[in-house]
Amino acid sequence: MSNGPGISGLILDEPLLWEKGKPGRTGFSMPESDVPSAPCEGSWYGDGVDLPDLSEVDVIRHYTRLSQYNFAIDTGMYPLGSCTMKYNPKLHEKLASLAPIAAAHPLLEDELSQGMLRLIYELKQFLAAITGMDQVSLQPAAGAQGELTAMLMFAAYFRKKGEQRTKIIIPDTAHGTNPASAALCGFTAVSLPSGPRGYVEPVDVAARMDDQTAGIMLTNPNTLGLFEESVREITDIVHRHGGLVYGDGANMNAVMGIVDIKRCGVDALHLNLHKTFSTPHGGGGPGAGPVCVVDELVPFLPTPVVEKDGDSYRLVDNLPDSIGRVHGFFGNFSVLVKAYCYILSMGPENLKKASQLAVLNAGYVKEALRDVLHLAFDRPCMHECVFSDKLQRGDKVTTLDMAKALIDHGFHPPTIYFPLVVPGAIMIEPTETESKDDLDTFIASFKEVVAQSSTDPEALHEAPRRPKLRRLDETRAARKPKLTGDM
Amino acid sequence: MKELEELNLPGELMYSKDHEWAKKEDDTIVIGITDYAQDQLGDIVFAEMPEVGSSFEQGEEFGTLESVKAVSEIYLPVSGEIIAINDALEDEPELINEDPYENWIVVVRPSKEEQFDKLLSREEYLETLTG
Amino acid sequence: MMEAVGIDDLAGLFSHIPDECRFAGDIEVPGPLTEWDLTRRLEGLGQSMAVGHARAVLLGAGSYHHYIPEAVKSVMGRAEFLTSYTPYQPEVSQGTLQGIFEFQTLIARLLGVQVANASMYDGGSALAEALLMALRIKRKKTTVAISRAIHPHYRQVVKTYLAPSSFTIVELPVDASGRTDLSGLDKIDECAAVALQSPNFFGVIEDLEQAATVIHDRDALFVSCFSEPLAYGLLRSPGSLGADIVCGEGQSFGIAQSFGGAGLGLFGCRSEFIRNMPGRVVGETVDMDGKRGFVLTLSTREQHIRREKATSNICSNQGICALTAAAYLAALGGSGLRQLAKLNYDKAAYLKNGLREAGGKLLFEAPHFNEFVMRFDVDFTSVRAKLMDKGIIAGLDCTRFYPEYEGAFLFCATETVSRELMDELIDEVRQ
Repeated sequence: MSNGPGISGLILDEPLLWEKGKPGRTGFSMPESDVPSAPCEGSWYGDGVDLPDLSEVDVIRHYTRLSQYNFAIDTGMYPLGSCTMKYNPKLHEKLASLAPIAAAHPLLEDELSQGMLRLIYELKQFLAAITGMDQVSLQPAAGAQGELTAMLMFAAYFRKKGEQRTKIIIPDTAHGTNPASAALCGFTAVSLPSGPRGYVEPVDVAARMDDQTAGIMLTNPNTLGLFEESVREITDIVHRHGGLVYGDGANMNAVMGIVDIKRCGVDALHLNLHKTFSTPHGGGGPGAGPVCVVDELVPFLPTPVVEKDGDSYRLVDNLPDSIGRVHGFFGNFSVLVKAYCYILSMGPENLKKASQLAVLNAGYVKEALRDVLHLAFDRPCMHECVFSDKLQRGDKVTTLDMAKALIDHGFHPPTIYFPLVVPGAIMIEPTETESKDDLDTFIASFKEVVAQSSTDPEALHEAPRRPKLRRLDETRAARKPKLTGDM
Repeated sequence: MKELEELNLPGELMYSKDHEWAKKEDDTIVIGITDYAQDQLGDIVFAEMPEVGSSFEQGEEFGTLESVKAVSEIYLPVSGEIIAINDALEDEPELINEDPYENWIVVVRPSKEEQFDKLLSREEYLETLTG
Repeated sequence: MMEAVGIDDLAGLFSHIPDECRFAGDIEVPGPLTEWDLTRRLEGLGQSMAVGHARAVLLGAGSYHHYIPEAVKSVMGRAEFLTSYTPYQPEVSQGTLQGIFEFQTLIARLLGVQVANASMYDGGSALAEALLMALRIKRKKTTVAISRAIHPHYRQVVKTYLAPSSFTIVELPVDASGRTDLSGLDKIDECAAVALQSPNFFGVIEDLEQAATVIHDRDALFVSCFSEPLAYGLLRSPGSLGADIVCGEGQSFGIAQSFGGAGLGLFGCRSEFIRNMPGRVVGETVDMDGKRGFVLTLSTREQHIRREKATSNICSNQGICALTAAAYLAALGGSGLRQLAKLNYDKAAYLKNGLREAGGKLLFEAPHFNEFVMRFDVDFTSVRAKLMDKGIIAGLDCTRFYPEYEGAFLFCATETVSRELMDELIDEVRQ
């Protein structure tokens, strides 16, 4: 292996938390009590929780070692398709933890929370400006909750109109969260196969759209990395039948300043701030999934809503048609702060530039790898491109093998086996923050892996070899689930 | 995954297009999934079984089989009442992978006996796999 | 690069985008700002926050001010945790996976349940998901009963989540002692689950053991939720007292208040319900060489596989917040957790007794943890305003949530409040 940054390093073993420590140790600087001890009597009083006692050094070494087992953006290229793993600027993290922001209590009077309310109000405006939509709610805590919020609004909208609409059209390329969110709102998912070129075909939408159908959930650019060029025709069909269009904005990173979502005919769109707006994903979350809507849906937005009144900001709660709260307070506020910082750091031109470069980088990878990997759909790609293992099947090398081999080369694997419509899919999203040099190294490594699939397929089946652990037995984990340790 | 010619499909069983097999034993019918179905699903990690005494129509979902990354509904090939379930699968669902015919899933008392005779023969089932 | 892609300029990348979809003009947002200008702007927003210069906030109600050890902040700021995605590739995600496995173990212990998931968004959505889960388990039943002493915002989220379905939500009243009155339960038909919060919104510790008996007699599932899990350092755990599903907010464990988010939804249940549980879970296994390792498991419950039949639509959760809570509990330790819980209990007891002596009347007499509700003969709103000038934010007016308790204020005292400061507050009331 010559190309990638992956070499080996010293990894230190670290036991589980409760396999170390000693009773009586602590890593907490416990305040002395300055008040009398109050009596604790009654059946509610327990014996305490049996947790390990560790010193501060124990805790620091434990988590520092664990952290070294992770691959992260700050370690290397992370071309995980559909997840937009772009670099997260350090300053934004620091600003989100400024003392007055970190200590802000969410239930104080409006007069005491002006700074935070102003931030919410301005971020709403920014996101409306970027998408072209009319209004925004920042409350949903992640993309899936954003989808749910939009579906709840659709349900409320039809209830208000006195219409019984029980179905919703979902293309087969959609993320699984789409049908799951729709189902939570009582909609039956009507599956829509994508056409031969990888697009949703208007004629198929027309065949499914009727007055029992609430509308369509459309991801655009879709999960094949293609811009749905007939989007206006599709949304017109849905609107003609009185339906609504939901846009899954997971892939917004391809189109900032390029596409006006409202002009596409979308009525509600969710954004993933942890994708497009560069807030770190934290190994699983927290994300934030704001929902942007057109005027017609504004009455149904979650409460409370932040409004501007002269020079001050206030919370408005009494909106009779609102779907209500989806979060205990204002959503994942600390994530909102980072997205707010990102937009201000970038400014209008750089946001557009980010999308342009994201698409350029994906196109560059696509062109570089198309000779060695099967391209699922040969169409102009947006921010990501989708290949498959079709050409490697003769050598009995799968997408999984190639993905694991990329780890040894020093890269996080792309998204694999998604979208489901492409068997053995390899979905690469380089993002705009990778330089040409890094893309070239990635491409060279991938080509080396592909070459190895005919020369030494066995080695690929054995990959990866360099991380702390080799391939894990997922069957064993699922058969006899062990979800907690034995302390 | 197995090639078609590698599949074990006993000639004495009847089959459904949903990849279940059925075998008559006195007035009851024993049901399982085919070698093709277990091979497609991969390592089975969990079997969700119906309650004994519950009734289903022909083609109705009566349980699910799960592998690590897929869920497969199992459909009853004939209408009837579930009179027994294979308890061994609760702890060892992988038995189905080991031998899908020895390790049946449920026993049914059919409510419409004629349905059994209309199930697919080995050859007819094979045809659905090639088609 | 443009040559490789076959374009002359960047606009060429988008030549296939139809005209009717195109963005017109420039994006109307400010910027770009330099790092220093951006810092000034955010500091400016911070300065307009009362809390910035407050000396103490004696207010909890779902968001608690606790000390956060620097070690926890420091180690959780590590980019390897912060800038990774969901651990889809276990070989390069063992840090997150082991950390979450430990989190699940600590939380299961704390709540007295056999299994806990890798987190939900927050206390409110965790409760809503718990009730949906109970309705799935008790298939034929269509009603859930929730205590009026549950955090009003959590109840609102439940209402939102259940609105499109035909399920019925019944609210259970609060009795004179501040606990949930379960006497009406036998009049509720088809009850799938009953939800209580302990300590409840008024800080009152519910009698969960008694409740479990009554609820199980009705063949309903017992959902026990919380907004202040530090209480379980002192209290018997909900699971050990008979709760079937235990869920709530974990912000108290090392997570900044941040205007109410990002927080941490905690969720656990009895092991027999595991396949109905929402959210991701991490499980133990081995690698090809037989070495212990961890993977995401039981994924067939989740949306990316089961789609519309999934147990929930949740995908991203509160990953780093969960790791933070685990690191916080690790730093605190079992002994520390108990000591800190007792300290909170003692501080609140001191404030409660002091305010009583100064003329305050306790609204509910049942035992409290670190919160309680008081009424005053004097006009407390003006006292509160005076205290505000001194940098003390004292209590939350309950009227906005409970018109029936007009003039009652909810107080909270944690380890962060000194006796001196509480004396200042008490003196102000006495005058």
